[in-house]
Amino acid sequence: MSRLVDAIPYARLLGVEIEPGEEGFECLLRFRDDIVGNARLPAIHGGVLGAFLELTAILRLMDADGIQDVPKPINFSIDYLRSAGPRTTRARADIFKLGRRIAHVHVVAWQEQRDRPVAAGNGKFLLAGR
Amino acid sequence: MTRSPADSKLLESRMPEERRYALQPFFGPGRADMTQYTPHARRLRMRVVETGPGMAVLTLPYHDELIGDPVRRVVFGGVITTLIDQASGLAVACAMEELAAVATIDLRVDYLRAAEPGCDLFARSECYKLTRNVAFVRATAWERSPDDPFAGCLGTFMVGANQGGAPFGRLIADEAAKS
Repeated sequence: MSRLVDAIPYARLLGVEIEPGEEGFECLLRFRDDIVGNARLPAIHGGVLGAFLELTAILRLMDADGIQDVPKPINFSIDYLRSAGPRTTRARADIFKLGRRIAHVHVVAWQEQRDRPVAAGNGKFLLAGR
Repeated sequence: MTRSPADSKLLESRMPEERRYALQPFFGPGRADMTQYTPHARRLRMRVVETGPGMAVLTLPYHDELIGDPVRRVVFGGVITTLIDQASGLAVACAMEELAAVATIDLRVDYLRAAEPGCDLFARSECYKLTRNVAFVRATAWERSPDDPFAGCLGTFMVGANQGGAPFGRLIADEAAKS
């Protein structure tokens, strides 16, 4: 899993790490000054959070059986629930439905408390070569 | 349909006065300082190409760090989200008569096709409705021609979102300090 992250340059740029979670793995994004969107608050850039959620969804799919190629996103939607402050962010993805061609994935990101999510994502991906 | 005098009076009273936008002095070709208060936009070397009433065009120069699929060398989808989010926040600010802080409520990005590897990316966002509390945007992204986009997006933003102030408000403050 960590080797997968290392193979994706943008994941390396964000410094995303993988950790074993309560069920399956969690992705971890440590706070750094260069991921800030609003320097006054400061808050993590909405695009960075979106990318982090999307990456978590992709890794979750690649962790599932039978998927070798990087799944192609069809669309991805993000709900921003709270301002994401200068703290470590974690995310966890669940495959809602794994079809023959299309997978639906839900992702949630939180900071200090898992029950106070900062963002939620919902993506559809095209699965090649299944 | 013929209009009664009362109708035309009504129409007249509804005619919008010439709107004055808070960021009007900055409309036109983009300036390097327009992303200076957004560290991640700077990190990615994003630039503002153009702004106008309720709209903004941004560009993101291609570099290898942005790749999401190492085999196809295609830019990571989330990078496009970042470019569109940035363009949309600016488009909302460009729609305001009085500048207020904005925060993204939601974004939905459709990936129409893969962006061509090696090409600089562009995104144009338009704030097509601004209410007291919510701004609605639509955006597209392309690399060669705006007529052949690789991504489309719909989003909503909260207006007057926080006490942190509008990043673009600092532009106005800086400008005032210069003169």
